[in-house]
Amino acid sequence: MTPQPETQAVIDAEIAATAHAYEQAGVEETQPRVDYAPYRSSLLRHPTKDPHHADPEGIELWAPCFGERDIDPLEADLTIQRGGEPQGEKMLVTGRVVDGDGRPVRRQLVEIWQANAGGRYIHKRDQHPAPLDPSFTGVGRCLTDDDGTYSFTTIKPGPYPWRNHLNAWRPAHIHFSLFGTDFTQRMITQMYFPGDPLFALDPIYQSIVDPKARERLVSTYDHDLSVPEVLMGYRWDIVLTGSHRTPLEEEDHQ
Amino acid sequence: MSTLTATPGQTIGPFFHYALPFDGDRELVAPGTPGAVLLHGTVTDGAGAPLQDALVEIWQADPAGVVPQRTGSMRRDGHTFTGFGRSSTDITGRYTFTTLEPGSVDGGLPFFGVTVFARGLLNRLFTRAYLPLDGAEPDALLTSVGDRAGTLVVERDEHGLRFDVRLQGEGETVFLTYPGHS
Ligand SMILES: [Fe+3]
Repeated sequence: MTPQPETQAVIDAEIAATAHAYEQAGVEETQPRVDYAPYRSSLLRHPTKDPHHADPEGIELWAPCFGERDIDPLEADLTIQRGGEPQGEKMLVTGRVVDGDGRPVRRQLVEIWQANAGGRYIHKRDQHPAPLDPSFTGVGRCLTDDDGTYSFTTIKPGPYPWRNHLNAWRPAHIHFSLFGTDFTQRMITQMYFPGDPLFALDPIYQSIVDPKARERLVSTYDHDLSVPEVLMGYRWDIVLTGSHRTPLEEEDHQ
Repeated sequence: MSTLTATPGQTIGPFFHYALPFDGDRELVAPGTPGAVLLHGTVTDGAGAPLQDALVEIWQADPAGVVPQRTGSMRRDGHTFTGFGRSSTDITGRYTFTTLEPGSVDGGLPFFGVTVFARGLLNRLFTRAYLPLDGAEPDALLTSVGDRAGTLVVERDEHGLRFDVRLQGEGETVFLTYPGHS
């Protein structure tokens, strides 16, 4: 007999209990917990031992370089890749990538992937019966400019169901992959949209137990970025951790 | 001193395969290149089951210990060594790279910098894959992790260099955090 999937109420109670314990503890956390049981797939996939402190050395003080040779500028526009106009709400998403000291992360690779407007990925394992869009792949890449700014033209992704529990839905999001100036700044995350009603119900978003930290993943609607009769503009800035190299070393290398 | 709080990470999720892998992602050098070696291993969970939806990246020096600062990882030209590789795991949880053995940078023990991402893993993990010590003294990091140091050292096998990643449980890999991480 297959077990009944758990209800949203079971997940909600676990999320609430963890949030309450976090408030009581009074110690600020800024990253997701890797050990976060409401996200059931994390149960066997989180390390049980604390990470070991290391001082970066050698290769870790540098990051791989990407350039014009790696990326076609057209890869930043997800609405032109298949010839036709994709379905959905056309949008611009832009922002700056900076390090923990506020310095721009220049000429570095940003990769994104996302569902289409109906909440469906072009992935063979995506079982959501929403239609594929022949005009949309949902994959984009660009290099940040000299000010650390990235920019993508795309369509707003839809929310989609998943099987964490019964009636589980992911809030609409765009996956972001980022490189800094040091190997230690490498990260992958997800950008969300303001006011999503699914935030409170989503164990992946709630795995960041600090409310202020969670909000760092939510873009803002920016009317000045919207283009009349064409698209809606969203802004989302990204902060990587601090660089371990001194500015002098960076200059030496250029 | 950092003044800004870092943006939180999130899981890579299950649907990255059509976006992040690229042609030649795991071939830092073409197979058959003099000195080419296979770096490979399996990513497993706390029950010992292989992960079919993990992504492993390496970042390394060249054999002379020079840190590459050349573009072209995503469009490899067949002769520029960029030091960066990316491999998604297959149905058996295995990842592979065809590469060169890194040399010592600034006198340190040679190692591959390794990042691990997976569905079910809420944030990326960092580790190091050291070349076999072959009699060399362990460095400060290997010494400080004590009897778990073996999880950070590759083994030579019939295919090349083997480095398994165990996310949890028996033989759990030592994962690293750096100053500025929280
Ligand atoms: Fe997703």
